[in-house]
Amino acid sequence: MTLASLLPFLAASEARAEGTFWMPEQASTFAEEVDWIYYFIYWIDVLFFFLVIGAMVYFAIRYRAKTGKERTSPLKGSHSLELAWSAIPGLILLSFFWFGFQTYMDMQVPPKDALNIRVTGQKWNWSFEYPDYGIRQGGDQGLVVPSGQPVMLTMSSVDVLHSFYIPDFRVKKDVVPNRYSTIWFEAKGTGDHQVFCTEYCGDDHSRMLTKVHVMEPAKFREWVRDNKADDGPVDGQSLFSSMGCIGCHSIDGSKLVGPSLKGKYGTDEQLTDGSTVAIDDNYIRESIMVPGAKVVAGYAPQMPPYQGRLNDEEVNALIDYIKTLK
Amino acid sequence: MSSTTGDLAPGHEHDHHASYLTATKGVASWLFTLDHKRIGVMYLVAILTFFLIGGLAALGVRAELFTPEPDLFTGSQYNRWFTVHGAVMVFLVLVPSIPASLGNFFLPLMLGQKDVAFPRLNLLSFHIYILGALFLIYTLISGGVETGWTFYTPYSSTTDSSVISALMGAFTLGFSSILTGINFIVTIHKMRAPGMTWRKMPLFLWGTYATSLIQVLATPVIAVTLFLLMFERTFHIGIFDPALGGDPVLFQHFFWFYSHPVVYVMILPAFGVISETVSIHSRKHIFGYMAIAASSVAIAFIGFLVWGHHMFVSGQSELSGTIFSLITFGVAVPTAIKVFSWVGTMYGGAIRLNSVMLYTLAFLFIFTIGGLTGLFLAVLAVDVHMHDTYFVVAHFHYVMMGGTLMGFIAGIHHWWPKMTGKMYNEKLAKFGCLVVFTGFNLTFFTQFVMGARGMPRRYHEYLPEFQLWHQLSTIGAFTLAAGLFITLGYLLLSLKNGEKASKNPWGAKSLEWETESPPIEHNFVGQVVCDHGPYDFDEIDYSRG
Repeated sequence: MTLASLLPFLAASEARAEGTFWMPEQASTFAEEVDWIYYFIYWIDVLFFFLVIGAMVYFAIRYRAKTGKERTSPLKGSHSLELAWSAIPGLILLSFFWFGFQTYMDMQVPPKDALNIRVTGQKWNWSFEYPDYGIRQGGDQGLVVPSGQPVMLTMSSVDVLHSFYIPDFRVKKDVVPNRYSTIWFEAKGTGDHQVFCTEYCGDDHSRMLTKVHVMEPAKFREWVRDNKADDGPVDGQSLFSSMGCIGCHSIDGSKLVGPSLKGKYGTDEQLTDGSTVAIDDNYIRESIMVPGAKVVAGYAPQMPPYQGRLNDEEVNALIDYIKTLK
Repeated sequence: MSSTTGDLAPGHEHDHHASYLTATKGVASWLFTLDHKRIGVMYLVAILTFFLIGGLAALGVRAELFTPEPDLFTGSQYNRWFTVHGAVMVFLVLVPSIPASLGNFFLPLMLGQKDVAFPRLNLLSFHIYILGALFLIYTLISGGVETGWTFYTPYSSTTDSSVISALMGAFTLGFSSILTGINFIVTIHKMRAPGMTWRKMPLFLWGTYATSLIQVLATPVIAVTLFLLMFERTFHIGIFDPALGGDPVLFQHFFWFYSHPVVYVMILPAFGVISETVSIHSRKHIFGYMAIAASSVAIAFIGFLVWGHHMFVSGQSELSGTIFSLITFGVAVPTAIKVFSWVGTMYGGAIRLNSVMLYTLAFLFIFTIGGLTGLFLAVLAVDVHMHDTYFVVAHFHYVMMGGTLMGFIAGIHHWWPKMTGKMYNEKLAKFGCLVVFTGFNLTFFTQFVMGARGMPRRYHEYLPEFQLWHQLSTIGAFTLAAGLFITLGYLLLSLKNGEKASKNPWGAKSLEWETESPPIEHNFVGQVVCDHGPYDFDEIDYSRG
């Protein structure tokens, strides 16, 4: 490793100055509590480590055999010492448990006035739905939340397990198919924070990233006003990104996990079973609803089905958008 | 001092005096041997071979992670590499490691016996191990598997890679584990030398005994679980896959009900080895014999009740999570007692800082960090942040690689003279230990830092802010590999050029040191009688208070 390659990362750690050596930035109300418990355990750990390993190193030097003729102590144990080193760590451990339990319980009980957002995980996209405002977000758009106000996420997966993790908020929960899991948080300050998928989900697991954008409440209300669904026609282009299509299907011809859709409409495509199919409205509709039915040669059947997640109007809008990709 | 009694059948004597290595010749005499020592050696060779394969896979993973972008592999290839690493290391290396190799070799010798209770079952367990390994090798050749060693559903029930053959491998290996466990339990109960009470057993045997209990009780659960998963994949009956009406979290419960106790299958035998080496090379009686022996059994039992601490963020109920967190601290106490006792053993000794002792000290250093960092993960609120990050990866490598494998290597060095009749180059051994220790800590300590900062595990690409830590870790991994190759080198050289080992080069008191190095085919001439404890060394000065 050269010094030059090191420097950018030193700079990168400079930018994380709000965090500590061990923990990232504190951007939610939980972060402070979790870090307090972390450092409480950490310093007790450090103390015990130096006691135990210090004693070990001291004994190794002090009682080192030099002549090979030394006589040794007949000590075989000590009940009082053994009792002490069972009971004292035992009590300390109970305090660890208690602090962790208290904060964990706070994490599990969302306040009643929390803003509700639905999160859908799929290979390999996070999408967010604001049922109160009729807003859908996906792809690179990320999750938009107001600061200083509790937010509750109700999460589910449409394919395999995923896990929704915001390090700066210290929250994480698995996202499971056929089941809802929830997390809640209250963001502090404004700015962008990284979201990771932390349950292994296949080829692009490490690309299943997005951001949380924390806004001042006034700015958030403005954002809601600008993005609120009106009763006008459904927009295929925004569906294409909010439903996560764009994560696997490029519109510029580059090959991602799925085939690019550029200039595909009206052409013929070879399928995995050797047959060909004409790309028309029916094929696109089938491929959205039941993606495994006719898979393009060279690609794995990885796409989650959208049956039940899109209505006819939305499917039509998507097809119309795909037609425009030339 | 012990004595030997009993009559020898005349004319049988020549068999008894030939070394087990040369008593019979030919490949078949090894592959179909009923001699526990030969079975132990074959296990050792097989396990070290798979350790090499699993280690090379780890180097592939670390090489890829040197930069944030994909360099060597696509996502799908990378996922196969880390799965190979995990599955091979867990199922083919860590689970059998110490019990199947050193345990098989030394359990009857330490008990003063000619063999285990069921020698044929012992051979069968080795053959089943090879069969299981063949399934995993077939999986590799047929394109590999990318589910991770944990086979979490519904990913594993829906992906089209070679899941079935990998499951068959793990399923088959389980039987090998069960048979070894049964064999050891019966042997320890029924076949101790006259005079060897439970309290006079070397602590290595207590560790092996506790391990065997877990193997027999927990392994059937994973067998059933893997079988159900194969059944689901083949016949599409909904058990774990939600698309078929199954429950993926149920799989995690079943999986960890085995896989948590099994981490004690991996570590308890290492505890046993360290109890031997720290005492023998400090020339002092072990501190708190009963506490160490009883804590092994306590860990084995409590270990069955903590599986849910792998699932704090899985969606299991808050109440379950809380109970599992509390019980988990119940395992920490007996583990701490052991560490304190080992350090206490060194007090007032005459410590020989040879390579065996260096590995023992390395074990204590690394295992203490592994244990202390486990506390963060047992605490509910902190685990929510740490779960599935590199912090967890670092923690279990400190315990499994730094604990089990350091104990394994310490044991190999301690018993090498007995197994092979040769002494290795002590200078190279100390140097190798230093390289292994440095490489190990560089590889995995950096992972604590990036994990706590939020780096998720099983990532093929990562954000540039983690690169410094990944690069240090990769450099550490290659250093560690160099240290292990040095170790392999001088051990193999010693077979050819090594000085001849005496019967008892360490001045140990357990019975395996009373026979020749290497042992004769039938272990002992006549029946050995045990009339002293395993740690009553000649140097102990009983006139001191």
